[in-house]
Amino acid sequence: MLDGRHGAAAADALGLVLRFAGAVGAERLIDCDQAHVDGCLYHGQASLDFVERFVASRGRVRVPTTLNVGSVDLIHPELYVGDPALGAAGKRLMEAHVELGCTPSFTCAPYQTLMRPKRGDQLAWAESNAIVFANSVIGARTNRYGDFIDLACALAGRVPDYGLHRTDNRRAKVRVDITGLEGASADEAGGIAVAAGLIVGRECGDAIAAITGLPAATGEDDLKALGAAAASSGSVAMFHAVGLTPEAPDLESATGGIDVPVLARLGKAEIASVLAGLGTVKDGAPLTAVALGTPHFSLTEFDRLIPMLDLAPFSVPVYVNTGRHEWERLVADGSAQRLEKAGVTVVVDTCTYVTAIIRDLSGAVMTNSGKWAYYAPGNLGIDVAFGTLADTMQSALAGRVVRA
Amino acid sequence: MSVRSLVHGQAQGEVLRLGEPLSFWGGFDSSTGCVIDRFHPQHHACLTGKILFVERGRGSSSGASVLAEALRLGTAPAAIILVDDDAIIATGALVAQMLYEIDCPVVALGDREAWQRLSTLPRLSLEAGAEGVKFTQPAG
Repeated sequence: MLDGRHGAAAADALGLVLRFAGAVGAERLIDCDQAHVDGCLYHGQASLDFVERFVASRGRVRVPTTLNVGSVDLIHPELYVGDPALGAAGKRLMEAHVELGCTPSFTCAPYQTLMRPKRGDQLAWAESNAIVFANSVIGARTNRYGDFIDLACALAGRVPDYGLHRTDNRRAKVRVDITGLEGASADEAGGIAVAAGLIVGRECGDAIAAITGLPAATGEDDLKALGAAAASSGSVAMFHAVGLTPEAPDLESATGGIDVPVLARLGKAEIASVLAGLGTVKDGAPLTAVALGTPHFSLTEFDRLIPMLDLAPFSVPVYVNTGRHEWERLVADGSAQRLEKAGVTVVVDTCTYVTAIIRDLSGAVMTNSGKWAYYAPGNLGIDVAFGTLADTMQSALAGRVVRA
Repeated sequence: MSVRSLVHGQAQGEVLRLGEPLSFWGGFDSSTGCVIDRFHPQHHACLTGKILFVERGRGSSSGASVLAEALRLGTAPAAIILVDDDAIIATGALVAQMLYEIDCPVVALGDREAWQRLSTLPRLSLEAGAEGVKFTQPAG
C-alpha cells in the first residue's frame, strides 16, 4: 500500500499510521473492522487542510466509517446561532468527510441505530463516550483514538496493535463497589450510573475498573451514561460492570482472577452527594431550558420520554440531541410530530454543549446527562442542574428545579 | 526506559519548563501561543519558539488539532520534551510535518531525573531521529 498501489491517499494515510505506531511503541499493524471519525468539529485551518489533502488525492475510506457530531445541524441549519464564518468552515469539514466515503451519521452514538460493531471487532474509534461504550458494553476493541489518526486508520484500513486491541490489557486493575442499591428503580438507575461513572473517572484515571453492585434495573442507556460520565471526569477508555457487560460475567473474569484494590465504596449517601455536586444551583432555582441527549438519545430513551409529553405545555424549552438515523424513525412512526406538538426541539447532527443552539442562556439549564453537566458550565458559561429524566421533565413543567 | 524520538527533527531555543501537564485543547491558544488554562500554574506563559519541557499531555484528543494549528501559525513551541510517551502531542506534530513540512521534534526521556536536569539549562539544541536523540548546549 505504501508504494501507492491502492492510491496516493492510502499510501499517505498509511505513512501517518506507521509513524504514529512508532510513537506509541506498537510493533505491528492489524486489520481494522470499522472506524468512527471525530474530525467534524472545526479547530482551525489545520482541521480542514488535513481532510482536503485526502479529498484532493481522491482518497476513500477502506472500512465502514461513521462520523461524529459536527458544528452544524445540517437537517435544521436554522438552529445554528453562532459566527457564520465558523459555521461555514464547520459545514465544509462535514461535507469533505462525506466525499471521502464516510457515512454522514454525525452522531456521537454510532453504536445505537446505525452500525453496531460485534464483540471482538478491532476498531479505530474516536469520541470518548463511543470508545468506552464499544470496549465495555459491546466488547469490541479500540484505543482512545482521536483527531487525524481515526481518519488515517480508516483510509489505510489498519490500526496499530497496542493497548486495548490486546486481550491482556483489557482486565480490570481496580474496583469500585456500590452497596445497598441493587433494587433501585429504572429512573433512579440512571442517576446511580452517572454518579458511578463520575467516581470511576475521578478515582481511577485511565485504569480499567470493575464496578460491582449496580442496580438490577441498569439498562444499556444507563451504561452509556456511565461511560460518558467516566470519560468526562477521567481518561477512561473501558470499564467492566460485573454481571452486566460481556467481558465481566463475574468479578474473576473481569480481573483475570487477580486481587485488585478497591478505590471507592459507594452507598446511597455517597451517590446523592456526587450528584448534588454536579449541579451549580439549588433545588427551586429558575430554569431557562432543559437539555437531554448527551450522548445522543436512543430510541428506547425516546420511548421513556414520550409518555412524559402528556405534561405539556412546558414552561421552558426542551432540547433533545439525537442522531439523524433515530430522527428518521421518529418521523416515520409519528413520534416527531408528537414531540413538536409538545414544544420539544429535536437537534440532530450536533450537540447543544459544543455549538450555539440554545437561544436563552441567561439562567440555569437542567439535564439528565452527567457529561452535559460536566462540560456545559465551561463550554457555555452557564449554570446547570442535574436530575433523572423524570426530574427534568417535571422541572420543565414547573420552570424551576423540582424533583419527581 | 530509554530516550525515544516520537517525532523526528531538529530544533534549538530557550528552555521553558511547565510545572504541570498541559491540555493543548482548552489550555492553550493557537492564535497567541500562550497558556490559557486559568488553573495552570503558568497561566499566560508564552510557549512560542521554546524548547518546551512538559512531563506529559492531558485531556482531549482535539489537543492534536490545536498543536497542528499552532505549528501552522508559527505560535507553537520549537520542540517538546516529555517524560512519558504522549500520543496526542505526537499526533499534532506528525500532522504538521505531513501538511506543512514544519518540524517540531517530540522526545520522551522516560526518566524524570534526566528530564529535570536538562530542563535547568537556559538553552538547548537537539537532533531527534530514528537512531536516537542528541542534545547539545549552544554556545553563547
